[in-house]
Amino acid sequence: MSSDAEAIDGGRRHFLLVATTVTGLAGAALTAVPFLASWKPSARAQALGAPVDADISKIEAGSFIKVNWRGQAVYIVRRTPEMIAKLKTPEVTGNLRDPESNESEQPAYAKNDVRALKPEFLVLLGVCTHLGCAPMGRFQPQDAELGATWPGGFYCPCHGSKFDLAGRVFKDVPAPLNLRIPPYRFLNDGVVQIGADTGAAA
Amino acid sequence: MLIKKLALVLTLAVAAVPATGLASEGGGLLQSAHTDVGNTASLQRGARNFVNYCMGCHSARYVRYNRMGADLGLSEQQVIENLMFTGERPHETMRIAMNPEDAKRWFGTTPPDLSLMARARGTDYIYTFLKSFYVDPSRPTGVNNLVLPGTAMPHVLWQLQGLQTAVYEGESDAKGEAVHKKFKEFELAKPGSLTPHEYDEFVRDTVNFLAYIGEPMQIQRRNLGLRVLGFLLVFFLLTYFLKKEYWKDVT
Amino acid sequence: MSASIQNPPAAKTRSGALMEWVHARAPRLRRFTKEHLTEYYAPKNFNFWYYFGSLAMLVLVLQIVTGIFLTMNYKPSATEAFASVEYIMRDVDWGWLIRYMHSTGASAFFIVVYLHMFRGLLYGSHKNPRELVWIFGMLIYLCLMAEAFMGYLLPWGNMSYWGAQVIVSLFGAIPGIGEALVEWIRGDYYISDITLNRFFALHVIALPIALLGLVVAHLLALHEVGSNNPDGIDIKKVKGPDGHPVDGIPFHPYYTVKDLVGVVVFAALFASVVFFAPEMGGYFLEHANFEVADPLKTPEHIAPVWYFTPFYAILRAVPNKLLGVALMGLAVVSFFFLPWLDRSKVRSVRYRGWLYKGFLTAFAISFIALGYLGLMPATPAYTNAARIFAVIYFLFFFLMPWYTRIDQTKPVPDRVTYHAH
Repeated sequence: MSSDAEAIDGGRRHFLLVATTVTGLAGAALTAVPFLASWKPSARAQALGAPVDADISKIEAGSFIKVNWRGQAVYIVRRTPEMIAKLKTPEVTGNLRDPESNESEQPAYAKNDVRALKPEFLVLLGVCTHLGCAPMGRFQPQDAELGATWPGGFYCPCHGSKFDLAGRVFKDVPAPLNLRIPPYRFLNDGVVQIGADTGAAA
Repeated sequence: MLIKKLALVLTLAVAAVPATGLASEGGGLLQSAHTDVGNTASLQRGARNFVNYCMGCHSARYVRYNRMGADLGLSEQQVIENLMFTGERPHETMRIAMNPEDAKRWFGTTPPDLSLMARARGTDYIYTFLKSFYVDPSRPTGVNNLVLPGTAMPHVLWQLQGLQTAVYEGESDAKGEAVHKKFKEFELAKPGSLTPHEYDEFVRDTVNFLAYIGEPMQIQRRNLGLRVLGFLLVFFLLTYFLKKEYWKDVT
Repeated sequence: MSASIQNPPAAKTRSGALMEWVHARAPRLRRFTKEHLTEYYAPKNFNFWYYFGSLAMLVLVLQIVTGIFLTMNYKPSATEAFASVEYIMRDVDWGWLIRYMHSTGASAFFIVVYLHMFRGLLYGSHKNPRELVWIFGMLIYLCLMAEAFMGYLLPWGNMSYWGAQVIVSLFGAIPGIGEALVEWIRGDYYISDITLNRFFALHVIALPIALLGLVVAHLLALHEVGSNNPDGIDIKKVKGPDGHPVDGIPFHPYYTVKDLVGVVVFAALFASVVFFAPEMGGYFLEHANFEVADPLKTPEHIAPVWYFTPFYAILRAVPNKLLGVALMGLAVVSFFFLPWLDRSKVRSVRYRGWLYKGFLTAFAISFIALGYLGLMPATPAYTNAARIFAVIYFLFFFLMPWYTRIDQTKPVPDRVTYHAH
C-alpha cells in the first residue's frame, strides 16, 4: 500500500466515521423526541385542566368564593365601591412593592390599577407567591391582628405575607410578587370562565 | 445462493397458508367494507351517522370530541352544533346517558362500547352485520341477524334500509317443512328511505368512522413511517460503506 | 496514597486528560474496554447468523426503555388497566408509538432469539467449552418466556385474561400440589386484580433484573472461552507473532461497525411493522384483546401468542393433561441437555454428516410446523399432524447421542473459510 492510498483511505474512513456518527446522533435525538414529548400534559390532563365556569351572581358584596381550576384555588372577590376606591389611594399604593404590576404575572387586561377586567370582580390565584400557601381573606380594615393601618386584603398565615384587595404584595414581606391572575372572561353578567379568555364558548 | 434458497422457501411457505375467507358466526362469507380512513368527507358523514343513530345505546368512551373534530377537519363550533346534543364539552369523551344496568335489563346485555369494535371484530364484520338484519317474528325485537344470530340489537337503521326477509333454499320433507335450510339471499320486503346502494354507502361511512375511532392516529402513523424509513435508508448507506471501509483491513 | 494518581500521564487533548483522570482512579475500566472490545479477538468469518446476539441485546434495551415509559401511564388494576392502555394510545402524546414499539418488540425479541438459538444448533456453539454459555442462554430463554407471559396479562384484554387462565391452570395437572399451586400463583380463586398486580411487579422489576443479570453472565461466560464461528474451528490454536489468533480480529472496531449495519437493517424491518402493520394480522396484537377481559365470555379461539405456539401444539397433541404438560415442559427443557446429547467430534454443520443435517432440518421444519398448528384450532387432522411433528421434535434430541456419534463427518480445516467482504 502506497502512502497516498493510505492517506485516501484514512480520509475516507474519517469522513464516513464522522458522517455516520453525526447521522446516528441525529437519529438518536429524533428517537428521543417522542419519549420526552410523552411527558407533556396528556389530552386527559388538558381536559381536566379545561376552563371552569363559576357562578358569581350570588357572591355577597365584600366577600369572595373559591373555585378549583387546574388543582389550584382561584379566588373571586366581589369588591365594594369603597374597596375599589381605596386601591388607588397613596396610603395603600405607598406600601406596595409593585403597585403597577410590572413584575407580576397577569393577563394584559388585568394590568391596571384595579387588576381586573371589571373593577367589581377580582379574580386571582389563591397561591402565595412566596412558597405557595393559600392566603386568607382579611377584608376588614384595621384588623386586630394586622394593625390599625391594615387597609383590608389578603394575609398569608405561613410566613406573614400581605396583599391588598387587588392582590398586590406589600413591601417588607417574604413574598416577592403580586398574586397571579389567571386568564378569565365573563360569559355573561352572572358567570365568569376561568382559564380562557378567547375561543368558542366551550 | 443461500439468499435464493431462503427466498424460495419463504415464497412457498406463504403460498401454502390457506386463504381463509373471513366467516361470520352464522355462516356465509363477510362482505368487504372497503374502508378508507383517509376519506375525510366519509368520516364526517360517518360521525354524523354514529352520533345520530348509534349513540342512543353505544358509547365511544375513549374518543374525545375535540380530537375527533380536529382529525375530521371540523371546527370546534361545527362539532358542537352537529355532533354534540347533550351539553358535553368538546374536551370530554363520547359517553352516553344510558345506565348499563338498565340496558342489561332491557336488552339482556349491555350494548358494548364501540371505540375499539373495528379493531376487535374487523370492519367487514360490522359492515356485513349492519346489512344483515332480517324480519323474524320469533324475536322480541322482531328482527334477527345473519351475522350474529340471536342478537339483542334492534334494527336501528330499518327506516333507512327498509325491512328485508331471509330467503332459504333447501329440500322440504313430506310435511312441507324445510330441511337442510341454507341461506340463499335477502329480499327487500319493505323499502326504506334509502336505495340499497345509498344504504350501503351509509353503512360504509359509519363503519369507516368506526375504523377511524378504533385507531385515530393511523394516518399520522403511516406518514411518519415513511419518513423513518427514508432516514434509515440514508443511515443504512452510511453504515454500510463505513463497514466496508473498515473491513478492507481484514484479509 | 500513591503518587501515580497525582501525576497521570500527560494527554494531548482535554477529553484525553479527562479519560486519564478517570482511568487513574478506576484502572480496571481500561482493562475492561480492552478485554471485551478492543482486544477481544473474535473470528473473522462471522456470517449472517451472527447478527442476532447483538440484536437481542438491542431489543432488550428497547423493551426496557419503552417499558419504563409505558409504566409511567399504565395502571395495574383490573378496573383501570384496559382503559389506561387506551389512554396511552390516544391521550398521551406519542403514547401510541411507545406502545407499538413495546408490543412489536416482544415479538421481535422472540424472532431474534429463535434465530440466535438456531445459529447455536448450526455451528455447535453449545459444545465444549461453551456449555455454560448455552446454559445461561437457556435460562435467559426461560426468563424471557415468563416475562412475555406476565406482560401479556397486563393489557387486561379478553385474550390476556383467558390466555392466563388456561396457562396458569395447566399447573393444576401436577398431582397432589397442583390445585394449591394454581391458587398460590393466582393469589385468588380466579385470575383477578390480585394476579394482575403481582404479574405487573414481576414483569416490570423482578424478571428484567434477572434478565439483565443473566445476559451479563452469558456474555462473561462467552468472553472467557472466546466466540465460536461458522467453521466451528478453535481460532486460538493458530496464533500470530503478536500473540493474537491469526483468524481473529478485534471486536471493536470491526464487529461494532458491522453490527451497526445489522442494527440499521433490523431497525428498518422493525419500523416497517411498527408504522405499517403493528397488529401483524392479529399475530402481534391479537384482535380479541381489543375487548376488555370478560370472565363470562371466552374468545372463540384461545391460542397463546405465536412465539409459544410450538409448545402449545405439543401440549394439545397429547390426550392426557398431565402428560401433555410434562411433554411441553420437556420440549423446552431438552435444550438444556444439548451440550451432552451432542456426541459429535465436529462442531459446525459444515463438516457434519447427512444424519445431523437431516435431523436438524427435520427439527427446524417441525418447530415451524408445530408453531403453525398451535395457532390453528385443534381439529383431528391438525392434532394428528401435531403428533407426528412432536415425535420428530423429540427424536432430534433423544436420538442425538446415537446419530451424532455415528455420523460421517468431514475433516475440519485448521484455518477458517473467509472471503473478503
